[in-house]
Amino acid sequence: MKTDELIGLLAKDTAPATPKPFAPGLLGAAVVGALISALVLIAWLGLRPMGAAMHSPPFWMKTVYTALIAVAGFMITARLARPGARLGWAPWIVAAAVAWLAMLAMMEMRRTPASGMSHLWLGWTWKICALRILALSTPVFVAVLWLLRRMAPTRLALAGAAAGLFAGGVGATVYGLYCEETAAAFVVVWYSLGIAACAALGAVIGKRLLRW
Amino acid sequence: MEGGVTDTETVLKGLMLRGLAGDAAAHAELLGALAGRLRAYFTRRGAEADAEDLVQETLLAIHLKRDTYDTGQPFTPWAYAVARYKLLDHFRRQGVRRAVPLEDAGVLLATDNPEEGAVRRDLDRLLGALPPRQRALLEDVKLTGHSIEEAAQRQGFTPGAAKVAIHRGLQKLAGKVRP
Repeated sequence: MKTDELIGLLAKDTAPATPKPFAPGLLGAAVVGALISALVLIAWLGLRPMGAAMHSPPFWMKTVYTALIAVAGFMITARLARPGARLGWAPWIVAAAVAWLAMLAMMEMRRTPASGMSHLWLGWTWKICALRILALSTPVFVAVLWLLRRMAPTRLALAGAAAGLFAGGVGATVYGLYCEETAAAFVVVWYSLGIAACAALGAVIGKRLLRW
Repeated sequence: MEGGVTDTETVLKGLMLRGLAGDAAAHAELLGALAGRLRAYFTRRGAEADAEDLVQETLLAIHLKRDTYDTGQPFTPWAYAVARYKLLDHFRRQGVRRAVPLEDAGVLLATDNPEEGAVRRDLDRLLGALPPRQRALLEDVKLTGHSIEEAAQRQGFTPGAAKVAIHRGLQKLAGKVRP
């Protein structure tokens, strides 16, 4: 087929095409995915006493941290779903959130005697924290990758990593409804590790799954 | 030169918007204008032998994914990103390790080569792998220049069903282009 013929053929297929919105679907994926994760969490591990959590600064510290990462992941994913879009300043939100928590962790460590240092960052649950976050991020992860496949990402590994960042942020936020670790040092290491694992997994999967 | 790129962007974006609104002539003009630019770009970036195939693959992709274009943004970066992606994907499938620099989108408009080259992979042959009625419909529309309504009647489709069948047929064709 000649290229001219192809163009003629394509021109016959020009029903009005409304530009496809992506952010609303992405938001829907987050809400539905988070609900599913929360239900899984309740059935699997249960919730921490939520009344006390509401008055606990560490609970809010964790929630703000993971929610900020989820928001940044959302913004980056929404941009990378379309060809030619720039990343914008959303990656700076991630950097700022990590920097903020790392600073809190350093302040904490200064106040802590040497004997308490290892407990500060290992807590009670360091061995399982990242894996649980990875598991709880699955519903959002699957939904976002499926939505991305219907768009046209052109930087596949990066788009997959952004999807992982988003899903990891949501999964970690949900996990905070159970986890009673209180140290910033713990969160900045193990929560971040769980979310980073999601992003790395997303990069690997995205490179293959998002081809079009 | 700077002014030229800006003007071209304005023209192409205008054509894209009219095409999205359903203006077939504007859409054809856009694809025609892009074809020459894409041909020059792929040739310059080291895919001389497959340039025409890449042009066709990219035009199909631009057509089928046009609803992912955010009309609030400039058009050239969108089209350039699709072209660069198709080139990278082409090299990957060929097992060629070759860097494709991430340039300013303006490079897509820098040169134009209207001279159609030879294809290696004939879309007509790929068309042959579609279900018979769908294939007949697409060939009818392509070859004879029939309107969709006429072609639909000849192949026993309602016009609405023919439109859907043509769109799905093009999607399948795009799937066959890159296995």
